[in-house]
Amino acid sequence: MSAISVRGLRKSYGPLVAVDGIDFDIEEGEVFGLLGPNGAGKTTTVEILEGYRSRDAGEVSVLGNDPERPGPKFRQRIGVVLQQAQLWQNVTVREAHSIFAGYYERPRNVDEVVELVGLTEKRDATVKTLSGGQKRRLDLGIALVGDPDLVFLDEPTTGFDPAARRAAWEMIRSLRSLGKTVLLTTHYLDEAEHLADRVAVLRNGRIVRVGTPRELTSADLEVEIRYRRNGEELLVRTTEPTRLLHELTSEALARGEEIEQLEVRRPTLEDVYLALVEEQDE
Amino acid sequence: MRLFLHQVRVEQLVYWRSRESAVFTFIFPLMLFLLLGSVYSGHIYGVPASQALLAALLAYGCAMVAFAGIAISLVLRREQAILKRLRATPLPPVTYVTALLASTIVVFVLETIALFALGRVVFGTPFPSRIGSVAAVVVLGAVCFSALGIGLSGLIRSGEGSSAVVNLIVLPMSFLTGAFGPTHHYPRFLRAIGDVLPLKYLVDLSNAVYLHKHAVWSKPGAIGVLLAWGVAGVVVAAFKFRWEPREG
Repeated sequence: MSAISVRGLRKSYGPLVAVDGIDFDIEEGEVFGLLGPNGAGKTTTVEILEGYRSRDAGEVSVLGNDPERPGPKFRQRIGVVLQQAQLWQNVTVREAHSIFAGYYERPRNVDEVVELVGLTEKRDATVKTLSGGQKRRLDLGIALVGDPDLVFLDEPTTGFDPAARRAAWEMIRSLRSLGKTVLLTTHYLDEAEHLADRVAVLRNGRIVRVGTPRELTSADLEVEIRYRRNGEELLVRTTEPTRLLHELTSEALARGEEIEQLEVRRPTLEDVYLALVEEQDE
Repeated sequence: MRLFLHQVRVEQLVYWRSRESAVFTFIFPLMLFLLLGSVYSGHIYGVPASQALLAALLAYGCAMVAFAGIAISLVLRREQAILKRLRATPLPPVTYVTALLASTIVVFVLETIALFALGRVVFGTPFPSRIGSVAAVVVLGAVCFSALGIGLSGLIRSGEGSSAVVNLIVLPMSFLTGAFGPTHHYPRFLRAIGDVLPLKYLVDLSNAVYLHKHAVWSKPGAIGVLLAWGVAGVVVAAFKFRWEPREG
C-alpha cells in the first residue's frame, strides 16, 4: 500500500494557482523528493498532506487518512519538520525532546533520539545557544521522538553551510535505514539527487517529471558540443552527438586540421532540472 | 488527562524559564507593591494604605500574569511557529488551551501568595480572613483575563509589537481602574472610562473580599461584568485566533 497517494490535487490562493492538478504516490519506506524553485507549490503540497491546509480539489490519502479529516491516530504516526519554526528559547535540548515525547502514546527513548541527531554533547544546552545546524537537528529529533512512520521534511537544509548540509544528509539517510517513509522538499538539486529514491520536479504547481535521479538525467536532453572555427566560438546542441561528432571530426581530418577547443558536455541533473523549470516560463 | 497534566508541566517549565515572562509579569506587581507601599502612607478607603494597595495590586497582578502574559506569549509562539509545530502533534487544541489556562491559574495563585507574604513581612498587612472568597476571585480573575489575553493575541499582528501593544492597554487600564491606587480624585471622564474596563471590577472584588472581608457573592454585578468581558474575549478568540504565523 502507498504511504501517500495524491490525485488531481489543486489549491489556489485567490487568483494565484499554487498547485495545479498533481498526482503522485509514495511507497512505504521510500524517500521521495519534491524538487522545484521557490513558489513552485512544494510547501503548499506538503502542508496539505500534513493537514495544515484544505485543498480545492483532488483525492489525498496519507497513511490511509484524509488529512483534512484525519483519524485519531494520524498525528501519532507523522513527524513534521517545518520550514521555519522556532522553539522556546530557554528549554534545553533534552527537555525539548521530552516535551514532544510526552505528546505521543509510544515515544522513542529521548536520549536515543538526542544521540541519533547528534546532539548528545548539547543535551543540556538551551535552544538559544544552538547554531543554525544544531537547531535544525533539534527540529529533526523532535519530529522523530514520537516514532512516526512518515516524516515530512520541508527544505531541511536551506541556509546551511556545506558541512552542516552533509551532516543533515547523513541523518536523513539514516531515516531510510529506520524504515521511515520520508517526503522531502528542496530546491537544491544535489540534495534530491543524494537523498531521494524518486524525485518529482514541480514547476508552477505542476509536476513536470517524476523518476529516480538517474532516470531524470538520462532523459533525452541535448548534448552540447562547443568548438572554435576561424576564431569564432560555435555551440551546437544535439540529441545525436555521435553522428554530429563523426561529421565534424571527419570533415576536420579531411582538411588535415585540428578542431580548436573541442568540448562535449553531457547534461548534468542540474541542466535537466534548469531546463525543466525554465521551460515555457516566458 | 495525561496530556493535560503533561502540558501544564510544559507551560510551567516554559514560563519560569523565560526570564522575560517571569520577571515582567510575575516580579513587576511585587516590585510595584514594594515601591507604592513605601510611598503611600496613612489610610485609603478607611484601611491602612498598604492593605488597600495590596488589594489593588492583586488585580494588577492578574492583568499582568493572565492578560499580558498570555497575550504576549501566544503572539510570540504563533509568529515563531511554535503553535504550528504543536498542531502537528497529537496534542488536541482544547487540551492546549485548557492547560495554558490551568498553568496561568497556578502562576497567579503563586503571585497572590507572594503578594500576601511580601505584605506581611514588609508592611505587616494581615493575611486574608476569607480564604475561599479570595481564591474564588483569583480563579475568576485568571479565567476572565486569560480569555481576554487569548482574544487580544488574535488581534496583534506582529511578535515585536506585542509587548508594546499589551503595555499600552495594561498600564492605562491599571491607572484608570484603581489598580495602582484609588481613583476618586481623578477627573470624572477618566473615572467613566475606568468604569467600563474589566480590571475595575476585579479591583472591586479584591477590595470586597480582602479589605471588607465580604464574601465573593456580595458583588454579583462585578462578577457579571467580569464574566461578560471574559465571554467577549472568548468570542474574539473564536474569530481571530490563529495557529499559524502571518505569511511574509
